Amino acid sequence: MQKECLLEVSGLKTTFLTENGPVTVVNGVSFQVSAGETLGVVGESGCGKSVTSESILRLLNEKTTRYEGEINYKNRNLLSLTEEEMRSIRGNEISMIFQDPMTSLNPVYTIGDQIAETIMIHQKVGKKAAFAKAVEMLRLTGIPSPEKRVHEYPHELSGGMRQRVMIAIALACQPKLLVADEPTTALDVTIQTQILDLIQDLKQQLDMGVILITHDLGVVAEVCTRVVVMYLGEVVEEAGVEELFENPLHPYTQGLLQSVPQLDGDRSKKLYVIKGAVPSLTNVPKGCRFAPRCNYATDLCRQSEPELMGNRHKVRCWHADTNLQKEGELYVADGS
Amino acid sequence: MDAKTVLEGTYFSDSRKELQKERRSLLIRRFLSNRMLLTGSVITVLLGIIALLAPFLTSYTPLEMQMVKRLQAPSLEHWFGTDNFGRDLFSRVVHGTRVSMAVGISVAFITMITGTVIGLYSAYYKFLDHILMRICDGLMAFPGILLAIALTAALGSNMINVIIALSIISTPTIARVVRSAAIVVKEQVYIEALRAQGASASRIIWYHMAPNTVSPLIIQITFVFAVSVLIEAALSFLGAGIAPPNPSLGNILYDGKVVIFSAWWMTVFPGLFILLSVLGLNLFGDGLRDMLDPHTNKAKK
Amino acid sequence: MWQMAVEDETPLLHVKNIKKYFPITTPFGKVKGHVKAVDNIDFALHKRETLGLVGESGCGKSTTGRTIMRLTEPTAGEAIYKGKDLFQLKGQELQALRREIQMVFQDPYSSLDPKQIIGHAIEEPLTIHKLGAKKERMERAMDLLHKVGLREDQYYRYPHEFSGGQRQRIGIARALAVDPAIVICDEPVSALDVSIQSQVINLLQELQHNYDLSYVFIAHDLSVVRHISDSIGVMYLGRMMEKAPTEELFAQPLHPYTQALLSAVPIPNPKLKKERIILKGDIPTPINPPAGCVFHTRCPYAEARCRTEIPMPRDLGMNHVVACHLYD
Repeated sequence: MQKECLLEVSGLKTTFLTENGPVTVVNGVSFQVSAGETLGVVGESGCGKSVTSESILRLLNEKTTRYEGEINYKNRNLLSLTEEEMRSIRGNEISMIFQDPMTSLNPVYTIGDQIAETIMIHQKVGKKAAFAKAVEMLRLTGIPSPEKRVHEYPHELSGGMRQRVMIAIALACQPKLLVADEPTTALDVTIQTQILDLIQDLKQQLDMGVILITHDLGVVAEVCTRVVVMYLGEVVEEAGVEELFENPLHPYTQGLLQSVPQLDGDRSKKLYVIKGAVPSLTNVPKGCRFAPRCNYATDLCRQSEPELMGNRHKVRCWHADTNLQKEGELYVADGS
Repeated sequence: MDAKTVLEGTYFSDSRKELQKERRSLLIRRFLSNRMLLTGSVITVLLGIIALLAPFLTSYTPLEMQMVKRLQAPSLEHWFGTDNFGRDLFSRVVHGTRVSMAVGISVAFITMITGTVIGLYSAYYKFLDHILMRICDGLMAFPGILLAIALTAALGSNMINVIIALSIISTPTIARVVRSAAIVVKEQVYIEALRAQGASASRIIWYHMAPNTVSPLIIQITFVFAVSVLIEAALSFLGAGIAPPNPSLGNILYDGKVVIFSAWWMTVFPGLFILLSVLGLNLFGDGLRDMLDPHTNKAKK
Repeated sequence: MWQMAVEDETPLLHVKNIKKYFPITTPFGKVKGHVKAVDNIDFALHKRETLGLVGESGCGKSTTGRTIMRLTEPTAGEAIYKGKDLFQLKGQELQALRREIQMVFQDPYSSLDPKQIIGHAIEEPLTIHKLGAKKERMERAMDLLHKVGLREDQYYRYPHEFSGGQRQRIGIARALAVDPAIVICDEPVSALDVSIQSQVINLLQELQHNYDLSYVFIAHDLSVVRHISDSIGVMYLGRMMEKAPTEELFAQPLHPYTQALLSAVPIPNPKLKKERIILKGDIPTPINPPAGCVFHTRCPYAEARCRTEIPMPRDLGMNHVVACHLYD
């Protein structure tokens, strides 16, 4: 089971330098992804999940962004590579697909051109071979009659088809790691199932690691093997998917799980509510970042921030021990 | 809630006042941090003051001729020198600036009204759009200055007619800017929400679409102002604008053209004032756009 | 007693066979076809009830809501509210109707005028319908702010100072300002974060309970619709595929499309690996919808007659209506 670690993010801190001073959007995020694994990164808007993924590929404007920490891929720290070295990694070793399949394709080129372009950038092949490969990629992503489709323009395809094309582009060079940023959020449910299935299938065929960024806990439960829950730029909990859904330790994770209406839930009961709203990153609460919205918060929580603790099931909470019997190491003497 | 018993207007008046204070100080901070806007407004305000106080700034009237003092170089007595009729150039330039500013402001004001009305209504009513925009297209097909010359030639050359002519040629630009902003606004959900409430067309147009087109409108108006100053000078230079002997920056330049090699001050000073007023207004407009329009702001960063 | 019974019998709003076709014209103005956005939809909404309309993009659920609001004119059909056909009303009567049916919109960012303080936004319906003096309107707005969980002193703030969830609360307050009987909620929570979603759903339910409201709840998220609705209509390409009371629909989905839709919803429980029905292909465009049953191109059970014959809705008892040849 224990495969070699493909990508290791440790202590990643991404800071935007705005005109009103620096804003730390991702604050000390660490996780690992192995080949053949799907890591889910969940959180609400503003939790830094998308910025984390963009930091991995260093897609953010380097002039206004400061990275700290390490992102190790094949014993190299991506954050210390030159822009040129980085370019040979993007799309070739690590690929990304985005949320909006409508705007992430260039409307003036055929989809064949766009797939072939990626192939020609990274591999020394001619246009013909690249096109043949493009057709093959389209077939792999389940697009019917790919020989015909390859000459079509993005506007001639539906949303689901475009997302397949995006996946074809992302996988054209057989990357080792796929970063999928909300790949199904803009799609209909029946199309979402198709796309998620496709990603799962291709992951196994190509033995990739996948980082799936999403806000939908249902999607996480269906496709991920491990989950990282983020809140306000920090990882608050990390665990295997079954463990997390069965035994969530962080009050935020618990709240998230309970506030979603379920298909087999009790309709007469009111939905659970996490009080308040996500605070702004320019005004981060003192102590535990979740304390102002947490039902269990004590003075300790409001005073000092807990560390991410634990081995296989990590959690950032002073009171996790009250919910946790199995992992005694988590016990924190908080005077009680 | 006992606050309810309090008279209207005093509801949470403290928090309201505080909010207004906060917003005002934010606006002032943004204004002061915008160097272009600051420079532009300083120049424009200075010229405005000069134009307003023109009669009090000089000891000579602009029409007073002293034939013995023809074409004198700038001196302590005549700051900008005198012209070929022995009139005090400083007084003429200052009064000319007054005319330019008056023309600019009037044109800006008139086109703001006509352009807004035309722009808003053609954005809201499709059938009006076809008619009004074709008229605007027609007007824009002529070079502005030619049209203005033709109009003043037909109407006679005085300040009122110059203002009318300039308003006619500037209205289409404003109308187009307002229309394109209003069309975007019209497609917003809140307009649909108003329609669902049964709000009348005029309420939607004037209470909801108009306020949301104000920023592009104001920006465009400053440019119309600047262009009007420039075209008025050009018209007067060509003899189709303000008729001599009344001073205008344009006709002073015209007078100076003949003596350009012997009396440099007759071209330099009115030229400088035209330059300053247009530069000031353009800086002001550009700065305003940066402040009001967040998109260009982001693009810059 | 008798009146009570009648009230329960006759629906508050009865939508009968509405159609909305958008003409497609050539550049010379000739009509060359129609987008059948809504095709023969009917449903009944009772007092204090919530009717959910679910479906994927292009199924016409939003157009249905907008047609009832008279934001677009229907091509055919009628909507009976208090004995009157909404689609025939004009002038004063239409104005009066607009007070009783209100709408909450999907996008909390574009549904509020950015240049208007939110207090005035909430008062706007009152101003339009000339209800109450200025002071009364203000009091009403303050009261509503309180009811939807905002603070009264936020009256003077502009929309950009609020988060998405708060803006949606303002939108709800605006809809409630004129004491409507029916609120059409067009995807009211789909733009919100998970933790905010549940706040707004709870608020909607609470308000329904307190003010005897009836909702038409339009959404694409089945679990949300299930939670809030008393009965649900499943739409596909402008047609109603299945309609049933919520419990009944989920216990016994009959239409193949409903079955597929249900199985496609990701369940936040990794241990529950259910059997999935993965539909092949894409949703066809409503410009040239398939002949016969519109679903036949993706239906695993399609037969020859599905391709030619339009299935009629059949009531199979317990108010469970389904339009599918499998149940003929």
